[in-house]
Amino acid sequence: MRKALSLLLFSVLMSLGLTAWSAEKTLNLGVIAELTGDMPAVGASCRNAAEMAVKEINAAGGLQVGKEKMKVKLTVEDNAGKADQSAAAAQKLITQDEVLAIVGPNASRYAIPAAEIAESSETVLITPWSTNPKTTLDTATNQPKKYVFRACFIDPFQGGVLAKFALENLKAKKAAVLYDVASDYNKGIAEVFKANYEKLGGKIVAFETYTTNDKDFSAQLTKIKDAKPDVIFLPNYYSEVPLQVQQAKRLGIDVPFIGSDSWGSNELLTLGGADLNGYYFSTHYAADNAAPAAKKFIEDYEKTYGAKPDDVAALTYDAFGLLFGAIKNAGKADREAIRNALSTLPSYKGVTGDMKFQADSRDPIKSAVILQIKDGKFTYFTNAKP
Amino acid sequence: MSDGIVYWLQQILNALQLGSIYALIALGYTMVYGILTMINFAHGDVFMIGAFFCFLAATALGLSFAPTLLLTMLGAALLGVVIERLAYKPLRNAPRVSAIITALGVGLFLENFTLALAPYPKHIPPLLENVTWNLGGVSVSSLQVIIIFLSLGLMIVLDYVVHRTPVGMAMRAISWDKTFVPLMGIPVNLIISITFAIGAGLAGAAGTMYALAYPVIDPYMGIMVGWKAFISAVVGGIGNIRGAMIGAFILGGVEIMVAAFFPSTYRDFVAFTLLLLLIVIRPYGILGQPRIQKV
Repeated sequence: MRKALSLLLFSVLMSLGLTAWSAEKTLNLGVIAELTGDMPAVGASCRNAAEMAVKEINAAGGLQVGKEKMKVKLTVEDNAGKADQSAAAAQKLITQDEVLAIVGPNASRYAIPAAEIAESSETVLITPWSTNPKTTLDTATNQPKKYVFRACFIDPFQGGVLAKFALENLKAKKAAVLYDVASDYNKGIAEVFKANYEKLGGKIVAFETYTTNDKDFSAQLTKIKDAKPDVIFLPNYYSEVPLQVQQAKRLGIDVPFIGSDSWGSNELLTLGGADLNGYYFSTHYAADNAAPAAKKFIEDYEKTYGAKPDDVAALTYDAFGLLFGAIKNAGKADREAIRNALSTLPSYKGVTGDMKFQADSRDPIKSAVILQIKDGKFTYFTNAKP
Repeated sequence: MSDGIVYWLQQILNALQLGSIYALIALGYTMVYGILTMINFAHGDVFMIGAFFCFLAATALGLSFAPTLLLTMLGAALLGVVIERLAYKPLRNAPRVSAIITALGVGLFLENFTLALAPYPKHIPPLLENVTWNLGGVSVSSLQVIIIFLSLGLMIVLDYVVHRTPVGMAMRAISWDKTFVPLMGIPVNLIISITFAIGAGLAGAAGTMYALAYPVIDPYMGIMVGWKAFISAVVGGIGNIRGAMIGAFILGGVEIMVAAFFPSTYRDFVAFTLLLLLIVIRPYGILGQPRIQKV
């Protein structure tokens, strides 16, 4: 018995020693993605792009850190589409897997709780897709968090772009909004859109809400129909938008709909079909009008996964690009050094355009595009510079 | 018609559609409670599985509406019977709490089983060509008409079965007294199986209609709808079939009207406060009768 115990102890110690030894040779990075829950397509795009970025760097022999090349080890955690599990996943990656930095989660309602954990544990977290300003701000002081960055633009910018688009391109003087009041992203951008639209001279005739997982929007849509808007703004996720548009059409509403970057998943086209034809939304990049640097990424992604990379995939890839650049510049596998290198990284040419962090902000300055849904495809329509 | 009347007629129509779907599901809760005094919390997930059966029949088999509906009802009915035989029957004489926990477990199993097979939300192809009629400003879609009338039809059939046929009489007898009914030659196990089959079959029908009206389905869709149907059954007086239908239409109506009157954020809050008040005034529900415990 004693012998068995000591043998067990020995093997445990050995394996601990081995992991410690192997950890010296690899860079541990973590991903938190919405693999299950109500937006699995978002999580899948994030994981695919992350795995692709890591495979590329490892195929090239690893990342140059100081004098040696180090391989990257990726740990992907599922947050199950839940806020509490996002925080738990961040905690696990930081304490148990001892990652140097985290990429994800994507939706603001999951990125905000995970960002709190990363900030308090002094570990870099880059969210690819969370556009709500709160993600990178400290809740108490409203100052930028130190360790939380993002690879995308923020909603005050996006909301302004959309308000201007509705007024100038669509000539819509009266707008209605239907949004999920229980979700940080939807609520944030709905309010920003309203403020911008009214500032530019438009009139919000209906500002209606629902809560996550609702399927019946008939009461709200009937109210919207009664208010006679020229355009309806639906800043909601890809699994809900098709239902809202179909129900609106069944109620006899025939004004155009516009959306925000939450529409960008290919799943929107599968779920919505012809009902969405002709509508516009703002997003991070257009696969059919991307920068030359992005062409290779788009081709490789399509070859590996059989679908065009959506904005989440492109932004995740860029988040890894930013992170690899920062680690290289830091010259050592140290959380604090990576954080400092990331905040001072010179302008980075990514798939979704050029980006650079300002000294007092963790939000990169970059432009947006407006896409139109045409014949079951996302088609580039116009550009919007900050 | 004036705009105001059109607006309210439209909202009433919305309420009828929502209420009929709640009613079909609420019937399953109430029937099982009536016969076994047990709350089958897996029922909402049977409804979800029904929607997935509808998806399979419509896409993999390429069936049209009527065969899809029949196949879905049959599939769901079979599932209901299997669940009862495997999970509830062994616990029939166990404390009620054990049976309720088992039901919750079965529900979680169904959700996660579906999640493992189909993690992505699925889109139901339009099985019926949708026509929207404009009746003096009120938009009536053919789907709405089908949902409301099919649900009413199924409810009338069920009411007939329970109140006018030998099987229905046996059901009511078992709910009255489980100890002596077998002595009268009534096959209790068979009748309980039939009850589960009917309840689950109606949930399957509800799943199909729900999937047509809200054609994006996911493994968690049964949770909230299930709870609301359960609440409908309680409001109507759980165990009472006509009560469940009334309760469902009340809940559908209150939900739509609250969203129409107030900011829609208050919908669930106001709706459930009203229902809570109703339960305070009538603790056994609208048509429920207090059960007298004999000592």
